[in-house]
Amino acid sequence: MPERSWPVRSVVAFGRFWVDFLVGDTPELLVGAVVVLGATAAIAASGSIGASGVAVAFLPLAVLCVLGISLARARSGRR
Amino acid sequence: MIAAVHTSSVVLVVAVFLASAVEMVEALTIVLAVSVTRGLRTALAGALAAVVLLGALVAAVGPALVHVPLSTLRLVIGGLLLVFGLQWLRKAILRSSGLKAKHDEDAIFAEQVAELSGASEQGAGPLAATGGSWRSRWLGPIDRAGAVVSFKGVFLEGLEVVVVVLTLGSTSHDVPLAALAAGAAVVVVGAIGALVARQLSGVPENAMKMAVGLMLVSFGTFWSGEGMHVRWPGSDLAIVALVAFYGLSAWAVVRLLAGRRPAGRRSIPEVEHA
Repeated sequence: MPERSWPVRSVVAFGRFWVDFLVGDTPELLVGAVVVLGATAAIAASGSIGASGVAVAFLPLAVLCVLGISLARARSGRR
Repeated sequence: MIAAVHTSSVVLVVAVFLASAVEMVEALTIVLAVSVTRGLRTALAGALAAVVLLGALVAAVGPALVHVPLSTLRLVIGGLLLVFGLQWLRKAILRSSGLKAKHDEDAIFAEQVAELSGASEQGAGPLAATGGSWRSRWLGPIDRAGAVVSFKGVFLEGLEVVVVVLTLGSTSHDVPLAALAAGAAVVVVGAIGALVARQLSGVPENAMKMAVGLMLVSFGTFWSGEGMHVRWPGSDLAIVALVAFYGLSAWAVVRLLAGRRPAGRRSIPEVEHA
């Protein structure tokens, strides 16, 4: 396999940093956060009365659920 | 309004300071290991090169963030902080409840020293040739391999600090204040490191990591909500309420996990240096 040039190696290393930074060994946190933010955006954009209030309550609770799922996975010894 | 702005600034400074301090403790462990085995000059050369590159990165990326629409910036950065903060908080909770081994700076230090000493014994390190005297540590030639290890340690840990400074700083419209808090952390950790060299395990790293995780998740929740035009009660003061909410929840979860920990179960071993 040919050796990569310095710029290519730098870009690959930078990409690896971001993958490690965002995914690491907990992909469920990234997926969970994206789902929670998408759901909150849908609630906030619904335009119904009190939608913002519902979003205020939903967002922290949903984030806590994502954390709980990840901790449960760790406790069950999957990682 | 003034109280809200002050509260926001205080939380910003505390969050950036603690996050930077945790990362700097990890970087300092590597720099000290290089210093002991390859000489102080080598360790400082690598660390200094990394700091210069990180500074250039902040100078290049920081002003560019001003041109991104505010709600988009808040949503993206809030999401980033949320994911990053959840990772820290999860790890701190697992360590506090005894389900994961605590980060052992002494073990990492010893591992780095052994690795670098091994190379020295093979004739690659300058201290091996000079007998490792005080004079050679200060004035000896710069060892390329040692400088690279020092550079990588400071750059990789520093990159996380840069992300925290830019994200928290730009959403709070105060990158200079965030940078100042990070700079203060570097100075404080550097000074402590110089005084208590090789005793970094005495730093309450997990408690700091827990505090940072709570703040990053709280900031992430707040800013991503703002990016989606969610109106938080009390405006910026909602950040404090979020910190309290997540803090109480984390405390309850730690107690729950520690209480339910099966007898005789060993902690998940520490595999990564984070």
